[in-house]
Amino acid sequence: MPIPASQELQEKIVFMKGITKSFPGVLANDAIDFSIYKSEIHALLGENGAGKSTLMKILYGFYGADSGEIIYEGKPVKINSPQDALRLRIGMVFQDLNLIPAMTVTENIALFLTDLPFIYKRQEIRDRILDLSIRYQLEIDPKALVSDLSIGQQQKVEILKLLMSKARILILDEPTRVLAPHEVKALFKILKRLRDDGFAIVMITHKMKEVMACAERITVLRRGQVTGNLIRSDATESKLISLMFGKQIPNLEIIEDISREFTDTPLLELVEVSTVGEGATTSLSKISLKIRSKEIVGVAGVSGNGQKELGDLVLGMIQPVLGKMFLGSQDLSKLSIRELRRRGLAFIPEHPLAMALVSYMSNLENFTLTRTKSYERNFGLKMDWEKAGVDLQECLKALGFEFPIYAPSKTLSGGNLQRLVIARELSHQPNLIVASYPTQGLDVQSTLAARKALLSARDMGSGIFLISEDLEEIFMMSDRIIVLYQGKIAGSFKPSQTDIYEVGHLMTGSEVFYVE
Amino acid sequence: MSLLSILGVLSSAIFSGTSLLYSTLGETIHQRSGIVNLGLEGVMLISASSGFAFTALTGRPYLGVLVAAIAGGIVNLIFGYLVINRKANQLASGLALMFFGFGASALIGKSSVGMKIYPLPRLSLPWIANLDVLYSSLFKFDLLIYLAIPAAFCVWWLLFKTRWGLGLRAVGENADAAYASGRNPMRIRFQALLLGGMLAGLGAAHLSIAYTMSWSEHMTAGRGFIAVALVIFSKWHPLRAIGGALLFSGAVAFQLLLQSSGVKVSPFLLDTIPYILTLLILIIWGGTRKNAAPAGLGRVYYGGQK
Amino acid sequence: MSNKPKKPSKFKENIKNIFLYLSRYLIMIVIVLVIFGLILVISGKNPLQSYHDIFAYTFGGWYGFSEVIVSMTPLLLTALAVAIPSRLGLINVGGEGQLYIGASFATWGALTFSNLPAWALIPLMILLGILGGALWAFLPGLFRSLGYVNETISTLLLNSIAPKIVAFLVFGFWHSPMDTNKTANFVAQARLPKLFNSRIDISFVIALLLLAAYWYIMRYSRWGLEMRAIGGNSQAAKRNGIPLSKYWIIMMCVGGAIAGLAGMAQVSGYFGVLLVNFSRGYGFMGFLISWLSFGDPIGILITTFIVSVVMTGGNLLQLTSGIPYAAVNILLALTLFVVLSRPVIFKRKTA
Repeated sequence: MPIPASQELQEKIVFMKGITKSFPGVLANDAIDFSIYKSEIHALLGENGAGKSTLMKILYGFYGADSGEIIYEGKPVKINSPQDALRLRIGMVFQDLNLIPAMTVTENIALFLTDLPFIYKRQEIRDRILDLSIRYQLEIDPKALVSDLSIGQQQKVEILKLLMSKARILILDEPTRVLAPHEVKALFKILKRLRDDGFAIVMITHKMKEVMACAERITVLRRGQVTGNLIRSDATESKLISLMFGKQIPNLEIIEDISREFTDTPLLELVEVSTVGEGATTSLSKISLKIRSKEIVGVAGVSGNGQKELGDLVLGMIQPVLGKMFLGSQDLSKLSIRELRRRGLAFIPEHPLAMALVSYMSNLENFTLTRTKSYERNFGLKMDWEKAGVDLQECLKALGFEFPIYAPSKTLSGGNLQRLVIARELSHQPNLIVASYPTQGLDVQSTLAARKALLSARDMGSGIFLISEDLEEIFMMSDRIIVLYQGKIAGSFKPSQTDIYEVGHLMTGSEVFYVE
Repeated sequence: MSLLSILGVLSSAIFSGTSLLYSTLGETIHQRSGIVNLGLEGVMLISASSGFAFTALTGRPYLGVLVAAIAGGIVNLIFGYLVINRKANQLASGLALMFFGFGASALIGKSSVGMKIYPLPRLSLPWIANLDVLYSSLFKFDLLIYLAIPAAFCVWWLLFKTRWGLGLRAVGENADAAYASGRNPMRIRFQALLLGGMLAGLGAAHLSIAYTMSWSEHMTAGRGFIAVALVIFSKWHPLRAIGGALLFSGAVAFQLLLQSSGVKVSPFLLDTIPYILTLLILIIWGGTRKNAAPAGLGRVYYGGQK
Repeated sequence: MSNKPKKPSKFKENIKNIFLYLSRYLIMIVIVLVIFGLILVISGKNPLQSYHDIFAYTFGGWYGFSEVIVSMTPLLLTALAVAIPSRLGLINVGGEGQLYIGASFATWGALTFSNLPAWALIPLMILLGILGGALWAFLPGLFRSLGYVNETISTLLLNSIAPKIVAFLVFGFWHSPMDTNKTANFVAQARLPKLFNSRIDISFVIALLLLAAYWYIMRYSRWGLEMRAIGGNSQAAKRNGIPLSKYWIIMMCVGGAIAGLAGMAQVSGYFGVLLVNFSRGYGFMGFLISWLSFGDPIGILITTFIVSVVMTGGNLLQLTSGIPYAAVNILLALTLFVVLSRPVIFKRKTA
């Protein structure tokens, strides 16, 4: 295993040897060797489902490996719980942050301190937090309630938490998922500062560009196995791609025919619409936009700035307090969700199992849920399952999907679940499709299939509202892009008129300028 | 309405509210850790009957109180086994516990029905004893009453100023986060249940040994449910529970006052006031959309290494 | 026209499922027998002798068996009152209260319209009972859909209020000259007609019909599909256009109505009088029965039967062997404990 010259003199703190772990139906880690040196930034790269999180969760004591051993500073150790890991000064920041919203920053951090006395002094802890936060530029107010913080700030709390519990190996699981491009740069600066101070950082990610910008050593996983281990100077994008995906390099580009005619009358029109968000939800303020037939409008924004609320608003889940909404020429706000769907509104959410399907029902039953009335007979006393079955088969055929229609939906894979939702929503030619993070967490094949389906729906006349945090996806597919920041539209352009950095800055409300 | 009658209401409220306060404190502790026990009625019945039977047998009321507290703790531990180890549904288990309490307490107390006991002795604080007998007799309280408010403060201090309390609250909000911090959520919940059960036992003991000085089946008459409502009413905060308990028992005492002043309102309707109040207050908060409940209340914890 | 999709052959699977299904209840019966046996032994009685007495009574003679059915009737209804909202994920612990209010409304009808002939009075009382129970469940349902209070808490609070209202009415207005804690006996036209020369009245038939309707609707109708969707994933159901609030409120009312009917049946059929605190925890028992059978109609029937045999047996033993009724409560509780602690045999179905 190649190591940079400067590191030959460094100690290997952690050596995970031959780690194997399987879950029902999937071999997550297959005899993986992984090592961490004393002070480095080590990227663990791979696409979704490659086994990166699992491996690190084993190191953190959240899971137990089926076989293999962990060697810490030369001696084999057993890590059976996070408590053990913390004692070895290993800390992990999870993707879904492990903070308690109802408690303050101080309390959340105090929770993780291993040397906390029985009767603890809040002020003392607050002071320690302030010291550290200034040193590493992780500015945070210790008295704030976590529920009042933005996700970027919460992440800082997580890092502070680890630092204060004296961790010296920091594992970050997809830390940049919720950050805008220049916030990512700020994070990398913090990580480098930490590395210089002697911390070892493992960054789990699937974003190649970030790996190239930040990491010193890169381990690539694919389907539970280590496919490569390089130092940055040896790594190129194409090499990493081939390590991540094997011989086949997927073509994520879909060639676009840009010259399309738009009709004048909009399918959906929002005029100065405002909503009031409760609790953690964002309020939308004076949103005006139009979507026309055969048009894809992409909505960009950092998680939590109102995109989800905008999608829910159009769907009818949230009511506006000001402004008007029109579907065609009809006033939207008077209509129930059922009515909206009857008029051709479709919705593809980011978590199909949690938001659009009933897991224990069969795929066929789930298929009918958006239009149960159209399949009822005898005033609701019976359902016409035969016709539903026929309709579903036709949809599947048209889209090129395949799965058993009577199986319970919970047996489907993530990609197939989204396919089921797409088949359902796209059947019966919808007028307007709200696609909210439709490809999030999907494997490459499913992502391609989803995008293809949306594009062909567009070609058949639907208007599409595409909400996504994948800027590449938005640029690739949209006819127009709007940027949401704090519930307001911060910008609206055609993709050709702008670029990722400009959009990224609008997403975070800062002045527009180009960053090196 | 003379001063005497107002003080009379206050005194009456304190007497009947003490058991309520202890039980509410107990339920608050384990609800803060995420466990709701609808069978509190059953726990209290078993504690009350055990404590009373012991006192009747041995003539030692303080020991009887201790027995009641221990009984409450044990019953809650049994409940804990069901909902923590066996991961049973908390609501159903609580109701099953209630039925168990009906039956077990009837058996335990069977031989003590109608017996007279040495109740907990009542004492006046020095400067009250010097007042006119009319007044001082109203405020002769037993030890449990004197300790009630301090107990509330202790619970508050425990929950908010100690490491254990921090961990306990974390378990109630997000047991996975608590686990990730190196704690054992299951063990903490058991501890909460034990302490909570003992407090409930103290409350029940006060009812049978100090207040009514008797035992009869179903004597708690719904106090267990009132306590559960009170926990919510006081937003899971031990200090607010003091006010809540006083308010609830005050309503009952107030009714006696009204009757003695010649105002004729059905005692039954007056009895409903505490519940209606709780409902109203819940609706009002609900309207402001502030949910103060521990986020993990009622959820089963499936954690640990997988 | 594309090929019709083939449903996988389910005959063998069905047989296996039925067997697994029944085995749950068989095991429950065994548990009951064992625990009851232990209690009897501790009380110094011969369990086998007691079992013999119980079975001889409940299965040996018609009267004993009819007593079991009499005991079943209110439980079937209160269990249904919990099961229906539970399909939507609603927890209705308010059977007690709905029971009492339904009984009160029906009593008002009985006392006010005592001149009417039976064929008019009885349906009127049934309607009143249903109305009362539905009313008492409507508020919790409303509060839940407005997002104010969890229905578990509001139904619990209303439970405590209802019996006091009954006491108020009885002591205040309706009490008979002789006893202050109950009303005058209902006139003959206000009594539910009895069947088979026993204490069973037609409410038993109504309960069975309601159970059958519940089974059919959940399984085959559109509403059943939508209700199951709400119960399985209410967020998804809402996004798919299923009207959540409407279902919540209506089904709480339906549940309450059935519990109210149970109350009416108690005062009109069983007692013939409105008695203060007449319910022996039927509402809660119904909750537990529904919960034990996961809200499944046939399961409710079987579980209620088992519970009723136990209760009737307990009554018998109390009379003949001096074993206090408290033993029945303990027995039921212990059985519940065992089932709740999920030994592997009782694998829980999801929803």
